[in-house]
Amino acid sequence: MALDKNQIAQRIAQELDHNMYVNLGIGIPTLVANYIPKDVDIEFQSENGVLGMGPFPLEGAEDPDLINAGKQTITTMPGAALFDSATSFAMIRGRHVQLTVLGAMEVSENGDIANWKIPGKMVKGMGGAMDLVASADNIIVAMMHTNRQGESKILKKCRLPITGVNCVKKIVTNLAVLEVTKNGFKLLERAPGIRLEEIIKATEAELIIEGEIPEMIL
Amino acid sequence: MINKVVNNIDSALKGVESKMTFMFGGFGLSGIPENSIAALSKKDIFGLTCISNNAGVDDFGLGLLLQRKQIKKMISSYVGENTEFERQMLSGTLEVDLIPQGSLAERCRAGGAGIPAFFTPAGYGTEVAEGKEVREFNGKPHILESALTADFAFVKAWRGDSAGNLIYKGTARNFNPLMAMAGKITVAEVEELVPAGELDPNQIHTPGIFVQRILQGEKYEKRIEQRTVRPRE
Repeated sequence: MALDKNQIAQRIAQELDHNMYVNLGIGIPTLVANYIPKDVDIEFQSENGVLGMGPFPLEGAEDPDLINAGKQTITTMPGAALFDSATSFAMIRGRHVQLTVLGAMEVSENGDIANWKIPGKMVKGMGGAMDLVASADNIIVAMMHTNRQGESKILKKCRLPITGVNCVKKIVTNLAVLEVTKNGFKLLERAPGIRLEEIIKATEAELIIEGEIPEMIL
Repeated sequence: MINKVVNNIDSALKGVESKMTFMFGGFGLSGIPENSIAALSKKDIFGLTCISNNAGVDDFGLGLLLQRKQIKKMISSYVGENTEFERQMLSGTLEVDLIPQGSLAERCRAGGAGIPAFFTPAGYGTEVAEGKEVREFNGKPHILESALTADFAFVKAWRGDSAGNLIYKGTARNFNPLMAMAGKITVAEVEELVPAGELDPNQIHTPGIFVQRILQGEKYEKRIEQRTVRPRE
């Protein structure tokens, strides 16, 4: 079975280590926060100016002065800090935030990512995405393997305007886990019950397949 | 002590004219200078260039200036919440310069800090880099971004004093301190205005030197864009 969005988030949560500072993008990445093991200490950064972001508030406790980058109401955890946008992006560009998880429309085999613009159709802007991908040490993309038309989002070369170059390290899709290596996409894991041929068929780019490819453990 | 207090919004907006460049603090609808925007939307000034991370929603925030077609050009990082904005942009009546959020913040900070330009890795290899100087530092390419300043910067803080010192609350801080630095005239509206001496100098976020006019906003709606709650267990 292909993974649903929550299962993609669940698989990505396994990549989080103790004491990491993590920025989660909008969409599937936001769901990653629901699957952090209790014994792993993580601090979430939101680029609008908070470190130590907590869960959504209880009804009645919403504060218009406390939101995340998706403009949703949030809470803060003990030890949280608040700051301005320039300080926030100093944390991001300055590589103090160790992991960024974000969604994508396309990823190419050299690690380019496109996720901000569909010419003539979607012109909402890049927000913080270009700063987030510009210098992060580790970027994981969470996305469906194919678009609504069934076309591969994992490409030799991005067709849409790109957000950043040579930056994606790993991709978790509904079908597979892929690593971006200097030789291209390496297939690491299959979604439970998904055959190798199905992944190859859904992928436009070449895949490096070495030995037996294990199923993801969720 | 230099007194920065103005008694009403008309005095706060004295000198605003058509074709000026304005900065507006805020992220989404959080921390926007509501009272200044509402008052500007009632003035007959047009052809404005507005620098703001977002463009409000159709009936609140900068959406009010868009409705009256007062804005000629928007400089923003994300404008996805406003259908009137999209309509004017696609029909070509509104000029839009989309820039990465971190670069926008730093360009405002630089403008206020006397730094004319800086190199950043953000946007290298993308449309944003077109026409910009590229230089390698430590083996990595960066693009040259220039500072931003404005004729007026409109910012909003939680508390302020008569000397213009500001304290923000929560994530309503966002672009406000940076834009406060970059305005030739910075108008700060606050929820609570107190006499100088009542705020702890250790806790000031924006020192009064960056603020030319301060007033207590008449009322704050503080609209929430995405009210999101978790169930009680």
